[in-house]
Amino acid sequence: MILRLAIGSLMARALTVGMTVLAIALSVALFLGVEKVRTGAKASFADTISGTDLIVGARSGSVQLLLYSVFRIGNATNNVTWQSYQDIAARPEVDWIVPISLGDSHRQFRVMGTTTDFFTHYKYRQGRALAFEQGALMDDLFDAVIGADVAATLGYSVDDPIIVAHGLASFTEHKDQPFRVSGILEKTGTPVDRTVIVSMEAIEAIHVDWKSGAQIPGQSTPVDVIRQMDLQPKAITAAFVGVKSPIQTFRLQRAINDYPEEPLLAILPGVALQELWGIVGIAETALLAVSVMVVITALIGMMATIFSSLNERRREMAIFRAMGARPRTILGLLVLEAILTAAVGALLGLGLLYGGLVVAQPMIDSAFGLFLPIDPPGLREGYVILAVVAAGAIVSLIPALRAYRLSLADGMMVRT
Amino acid sequence: MSENPIIELTEVRFHWPGRASFAMDVPEFSVAQGESVLLLGESGSGKSTLLSLICGTVLANSGSVRVNGTDLATLSSGARDRFRGEQIGVIFQQFNLLPFGSVMDNVLLPLRFAPERRKRSTDERAEVLRLCNALGLPEGIETSKASSLSVGQQQRVAVARALIGAPPLLIADEPTSSLDETTRDQFLDLLFDQTRAQKASLLMVSHDPRLADRFDRVVFLPDIAHVQRSAA
Repeated sequence: MILRLAIGSLMARALTVGMTVLAIALSVALFLGVEKVRTGAKASFADTISGTDLIVGARSGSVQLLLYSVFRIGNATNNVTWQSYQDIAARPEVDWIVPISLGDSHRQFRVMGTTTDFFTHYKYRQGRALAFEQGALMDDLFDAVIGADVAATLGYSVDDPIIVAHGLASFTEHKDQPFRVSGILEKTGTPVDRTVIVSMEAIEAIHVDWKSGAQIPGQSTPVDVIRQMDLQPKAITAAFVGVKSPIQTFRLQRAINDYPEEPLLAILPGVALQELWGIVGIAETALLAVSVMVVITALIGMMATIFSSLNERRREMAIFRAMGARPRTILGLLVLEAILTAAVGALLGLGLLYGGLVVAQPMIDSAFGLFLPIDPPGLREGYVILAVVAAGAIVSLIPALRAYRLSLADGMMVRT
Repeated sequence: MSENPIIELTEVRFHWPGRASFAMDVPEFSVAQGESVLLLGESGSGKSTLLSLICGTVLANSGSVRVNGTDLATLSSGARDRFRGEQIGVIFQQFNLLPFGSVMDNVLLPLRFAPERRKRSTDERAEVLRLCNALGLPEGIETSKASSLSVGQQQRVAVARALIGAPPLLIADEPTSSLDETTRDQFLDLLFDQTRAQKASLLMVSHDPRLADRFDRVVFLPDIAHVQRSAA
């Protein structure tokens, strides 16, 4: 009956209580939403590359190598010579090796030279392979495969011509050698979506008339001549390596890091991703802290509401006291009301989150390549709700203690 | 057992903690079992303080306050609250009920805090219906919300609440002041009928001398209690 009276009392103040519930619900939805995006982002981050055992590049930092080779952020400090690449490829531990060559761009998108093996060995989101939305692999020297975002942003379809610019933010274009879009990849939610992929030879071909980063004046080799040339690359930016057996990974890594001819670096993508996430994690923690603050604000709002209701409820407390209720019972009643409010708020927040997810999931996936799975609420959500309810109870103790003192002083006579 | 007076105050001295300006002395005051007493006094004559002393929400600084033979000073504050719940049915001047509760909830409320009173009726809900009926409340009222009732009905529900579980003492604090004359007379008839039926004692506080002839005894508050007020 006490529970029913508590609910009745809350219902009687439906408007203010409703506002409080709504505030708590929104804050909990925000918190769980941030949490969802955070774990989703972390998962999709980790899903960017899988199935690759080592990434090899010129010696720099492991995060830097990961950033430019996988995320196409920043630049390589140096290249790896074709000879070194050949040496590594020839090692017995190596199952497969895919070279990549970066440095050119098309509009805001990076161009990556690689071999067709890239399409076989590059895996994302737990071993998923790249698939074509339209078209096929590059067939000709001047063919390019573009990622889903490139196609969507620039409105390209198969057979459209594209011109590659030298460097990353450059107006110097490789005008002489236009490419043709041979295929468009399906959306992956990885940096591949924002990449133009061409063959290693094509990268060489567009640089035939270039030297030290500038076009040799007056020189323009016709396409037919280029096609006859030996376009074996002299250097690559990085290489993805798969080993025959996982236990050989570290041995190969050590061998590459100790490579005597040239300073090289081999990294385990998983380890580097962890390291990178450790850096990004600060922002993530800040975001989480802000959403915790919002939850606390909502709870303090509830506390203020209870406080302001105390005066008008002195009569109610006096009735309880006259019936033989102890001040402690009145304290318990107020805390019970707060618990009910917080619990309803938290559950409503959970509902809002799922409602929001159902609506926003496809939009977020297509806009940011961030796939947020709609799982049934787990232990984590359970703990959050429990924590909100517990915090609500604790916060409500402050006005409840005041009510306790008031009812002790008032007894059953309210002097108004 | 019932040779003890239901209320017995002897040599009581009281002043509100922290307020030196108000002090009250009650040399001797008692109410016998089954007696109905009207306590007449103007507002400010110490009525509230006296009721608080009898109900045990405040304790006398000296002297003894006994209710049904028990010295309230010997009980812990929690035990006093429970004792009040068990022994006393209270009717206020107005706003007696929890507005958001049903009549049934309101009448049953004291039983929640008084297990002895609860044991006295085998079927609590039937007892609520019986009391409502005896107090002339319309049938089916028990499911209505208290806030939807007229003031007269609310006061009768308050009587039903005070009577449920048959506590030996009823205390009414100006219960008729918000009622008009006709409603008041009906209300008092019903209150007296039911109090007598339960053989309970009744202590009513009022400033209205017209009520006097219904009671066994009329006491003027200034005759039993000496209040000192120093200009602060």
